[in-house]
Amino acid sequence: MIRVDGQGSSNSLIQVRGLNKTYRRGGENIQVLQGLNLDVDKGDFVAFMGPSGSGKTTLLNLLGGLDVPTSGTISVDGDEITHMSSSKLTQWRARHVGFVFQMYNLIPVLTAYQNVELPLLLTKLSSADRRKHVETALSVVGLADRMHHYPRQLSGGQEQRVTIARAIVSDPTFLLCDEPTGDLDRKSATEIMLLIEQLVEKHGKTVLMVTHDPVVAARAHITLHLEKGVLVEGSAERLAAMAGGAA
Amino acid sequence: MKFARLILANLFRKKVRLILTIGSFAVALFLFTFLAVVKSAFSRGEEIAGADRLVVINRTGLIQVLPLSYDDKIAAIPGVKAVTHNHWFGGVYQDERNFFPQFAIDIENHRKVMTEFKVPDDQWNNFVKDQQGAVVGALLAKRFGWKTGDRIPLKNALYGATKTWEFNIDGIYHNEKPGGDESQFWLQWKYFDENVPPVMKSTAGWYVVKLNSADDAVNVAKAIDEKFANSSNETKTETESAFAAGFAKQLGNIEFLILTIGGVVFFTLLLVTGNTMAISVRERTGELAVLKAIGFSDRAVLFFVLAESLLIALIGGALGLGFAILAIPVVGAALNGLLPPLLLSVSLLALGLVFALLVGAASGLLPGLGAMRLRVVDALRRV
Repeated sequence: MIRVDGQGSSNSLIQVRGLNKTYRRGGENIQVLQGLNLDVDKGDFVAFMGPSGSGKTTLLNLLGGLDVPTSGTISVDGDEITHMSSSKLTQWRARHVGFVFQMYNLIPVLTAYQNVELPLLLTKLSSADRRKHVETALSVVGLADRMHHYPRQLSGGQEQRVTIARAIVSDPTFLLCDEPTGDLDRKSATEIMLLIEQLVEKHGKTVLMVTHDPVVAARAHITLHLEKGVLVEGSAERLAAMAGGAA
Repeated sequence: MKFARLILANLFRKKVRLILTIGSFAVALFLFTFLAVVKSAFSRGEEIAGADRLVVINRTGLIQVLPLSYDDKIAAIPGVKAVTHNHWFGGVYQDERNFFPQFAIDIENHRKVMTEFKVPDDQWNNFVKDQQGAVVGALLAKRFGWKTGDRIPLKNALYGATKTWEFNIDGIYHNEKPGGDESQFWLQWKYFDENVPPVMKSTAGWYVVKLNSADDAVNVAKAIDEKFANSSNETKTETESAFAAGFAKQLGNIEFLILTIGGVVFFTLLLVTGNTMAISVRERTGELAVLKAIGFSDRAVLFFVLAESLLIALIGGALGLGFAILAIPVVGAALNGLLPPLLLSVSLLALGLVFALLVGAASGLLPGLGAMRLRVVDALRRV
């Protein structure tokens, strides 16, 4: 069960307590996150929303071990990551986190197959085993027939599917999606969201997603808003208000 | 090996840039090798000079001769084992461009002093018996296709009216020292002496002195020069290696010139390659950040960048050295004896490759460290 009051079960997959993040910009301290709490269980699908600069991506970076908090703790599957060394954190990311970026960030000189294989190069899997994993991941995202295409030969939606395949190929503990549909047209965005839903419902993946799009957010089990550095649960009214504001 | 595909894919990302960078490495390595070979050719005489030999010349300069009577006087100085004398002949074979050194040698003592030159005894005996005889180096014989029994005309204008001197090739010498000179032409001093104008008779161009021990070199040199001090033909005596070095320096400070050019070439190469690698890494900031995000370590990213620059250096270096292997013999032949033989040694090739790899590593290091220190969060924000 997803909670933001710091009262969640100690068995939560992701447990965030009293998370603070302060940036120093132009001689001024900007506190982006202020004592944020969060509990996410395995198989949950959470959407984070909030105005630009509210700290959504910062939260995602902290959860993914890409950034370190000013204070507070983050535990994932029992591992306290906030005090890990940089190299330990890198290894932890390889094992536990799958990233999906807004701009896909595929390596343009590698084929879809080779891009998806990248996280597996860090494992001890044989070439044959890597091939099996990559083919399975590309089948899940519906691109088994495009595995030898380069990113430039794929549409935006297909590129994002490759990114998702890369994120799931090593079977990480959870997926972090930063605006996964932000650069896509509505049709492609819908396809990507169906795919992410499928990963959650059919394959039991845990997904934490940042989005500006209330329609996209509505597909998550829950939408959490970042307001004044803490998370609050979203409501239909708030979503509608935000949608109206965006319009 | 599983990273090879990623490294190669990145390497061939911009093919034109890759070809140009590899090309600059190849040109630099070729130039380095060629200059080093030329330098080695000039300094070879110095390197292989006998440690136990002195050269005695006229104090005024090498073109001034010394009296032949000095021969016995030098031989009598304690520490001297043997003395021989030479004279520059300076003939022209067919065309002035066919230059090669020709010496009138003292057949009685030449072999006692210049022990590295090996002539089969039967050939040497024929040479001694034949006043118009000549012994030539194996390289020289090969250059003109000469063999024993051939008759060789040399035109000479140094001693009186221009005259053609005829010689019979009686022997071919080899040098037992690796890389040693095999391009000389020897004639008998007696034949030379009989045919030069009176003013040149009974003279020697220079003396070569073999010592009992190399340790005596300073004392014997001093004794020789003191012996002829205040005479009409004062001497200047120095070790053979100092003489060879001084002879090479008459052409200018070749070593300094070559080192300067080589240094500039490699520094420019470092700038070109370093800039190329820096641009290449900057273009890929987002991709490197993604690699780090998905679990590649800082060291792995540094390794990828260094591997690319080292591969460029290796390919470019190998091409340059390969071209040098093919081109240097051709250039050597085209120079037609104007320079000492251009010899490309394995150690020089290895040194060139080491230089190339060092430049490759140095040029990849700064961009690689930059990539290594890249903060994923900052880099992704820039994408």
